[in-house]
Amino acid sequence: MALLDIRNVSKSFGAIQAVNDISFAIERGEVVGLMGDNGAGKSTMVKLIAGNFPPTEGEIAVEGEVCHFHKPIEARAKGIEVVYQDLAIADNLTAAQNVFLGRELKKGPWPFRVLDKQAMIDRAAELFGELKSETRPRDLVRKMSGGQRQAVAIARTRLSKAHMVLMDEPTAAISVRQVAEVLELIRRLKAQGVAVILISHRMPDVFAVCDRIIVMRRGAKVADKTVAQTSPEEITGLITGAIRAA
Amino acid sequence: MPPDIAKPAESGHASIGDVVKIREQTIWQKIVASQPFWVTVALLVLVAFMTMLEPSFGTVDNAANVTRNFAPFGIMALGMTVVIITGGIDLSVGSIMGLVAIVAGLFLTWEYPWYVAFFMGLLAGLACGAVNGFFVAYVGMPSFVVTLGMLSIARSLAVVFSGNQMLYKFGPDAPIVKAIGQAKFPHQVPGDSIPDWIPQFSSHFWVMIVMALVVGYVFNFKAYGRHLMAIGGNENAARLTGVPVDWIKFQAYVFSAFTASIASLLLLGYNGSAINAMGQGYELRVIAATVIGGANLMGGAGTAFGAIVGSAFLEVIRNALLMAGIDSNWQGAFVGAFIILAVLLGMQSGGKSLIAATVERMFPKKHR
Repeated sequence: MALLDIRNVSKSFGAIQAVNDISFAIERGEVVGLMGDNGAGKSTMVKLIAGNFPPTEGEIAVEGEVCHFHKPIEARAKGIEVVYQDLAIADNLTAAQNVFLGRELKKGPWPFRVLDKQAMIDRAAELFGELKSETRPRDLVRKMSGGQRQAVAIARTRLSKAHMVLMDEPTAAISVRQVAEVLELIRRLKAQGVAVILISHRMPDVFAVCDRIIVMRRGAKVADKTVAQTSPEEITGLITGAIRAA
Repeated sequence: MPPDIAKPAESGHASIGDVVKIREQTIWQKIVASQPFWVTVALLVLVAFMTMLEPSFGTVDNAANVTRNFAPFGIMALGMTVVIITGGIDLSVGSIMGLVAIVAGLFLTWEYPWYVAFFMGLLAGLACGAVNGFFVAYVGMPSFVVTLGMLSIARSLAVVFSGNQMLYKFGPDAPIVKAIGQAKFPHQVPGDSIPDWIPQFSSHFWVMIVMALVVGYVFNFKAYGRHLMAIGGNENAARLTGVPVDWIKFQAYVFSAFTASIASLLLLGYNGSAINAMGQGYELRVIAATVIGGANLMGGAGTAFGAIVGSAFLEVIRNALLMAGIDSNWQGAFVGAFIILAVLLGMQSGGKSLIAATVERMFPKKHR
């Protein structure tokens, strides 16, 4: 049984058909690249899976169970986490504080139920260790590199033991060395059996980590191929429309 | 940073466990880099200087006086700090003071018990805060505009309700109201066992201390305080991680109005009368105190201690200028200069505040 099964999903906003009859399945530990030009419907697809809104037609099944998400929190309960493009990190807080933001660990009886800071720092350190990222839980995020910030955002998804992580342009606007760090983080997730959907414009990154690439154009799926079966040239052709479908 | 972890890429991943345990700064370094610390130092220097220069400054009586004078500002600065941490501002606190005083004063004039009067005053203040909070948090209007409107509305209501009269005929509970506003602890009487060097701190001062402790506790130990900081740092991030952003922002404005109401009721008791001009122009001094205490007008930073120290600093400056015989009309210029100076010192350059950067230059790497 597939971890995530997208069955004939369509989404329209008024007269605009953003996503048109798309089906695909994702297995555990699979890294899938979702590619397409601006306006191809990638973001809508991500938001459908992340639970920002329900599809107009079709259904989304997680571990065989059909789900109707209306809020991201419902998708999160099903083990689907999103790493947003802007990472959703507060600069003025430390790494540990960011990882636990909105899900703080507490101790003691009410009304003296206080933050369990040490437990949060320890757990965050453990998560960074699992991700093999040299990120110190007590450091302010403001002073961190792009790669470390990604680690903080990804560590957050590991808190709840998510089965699937959606990553929206994680390698845009960071340095070459940091891109390598982020790709390594994705491999770590895969090694732990977590499925990753990687939305990216950067062809080399997608080919470096993905098992499979799904190409969207004008709201429709035009290709779904394993990395071994395709090439950057073919994918570029599919994205621009030079190759109609494959 | 010790040299053995300075180049983690070469040493491989084995050292991660050690790396994550390192604190970026020791507690002491953190304190030295913070603005409230330097304001405290400046305050102590100023106090020492004035004590030497002016014999009447360092007296027990003047200490009680100064602490009573800045307490209402300290109380309001606590509320202002909460609002400023969320990235907003509350310009209406001075006007809310006026309205609260008049509403409470009216109920006292109508010979209601003091607790009814205080409760109605508080209710009026909280209502103003709720209106502010509603328009800022749920409608999404800029806090500057909403609270500027409330500044005008609350003051106008105070003038209308009072019939532009001073209220002072307070009925049977007048002595209780006065006792609340003028209470002292410890109360010094000749021949008691309390040492004479302990000032007779006012009720205003003690209320401020208790409220500061509560606010400081929430900031440091409750998830609520952490959420406030997150909202100021990145509101969108806070929202996406499930923090009830709108509700917390709403509460921030209600709390600010609450602190203004408490300050107003204490001053009402102290004066034994209510005027609709109470608190006029106070919003600027409260904001100044908050900013001098290290709160960041862009949101995401501020402490309870800073709010109190900032208020104390402004009042000591004012008191010092008076004692030095400088025309009181100069106060505005000094307060304004200190606001600019405080923001300048708190400014971030390269991820560090100006103070922290200077400290680092004065004590280079060997100390860290």
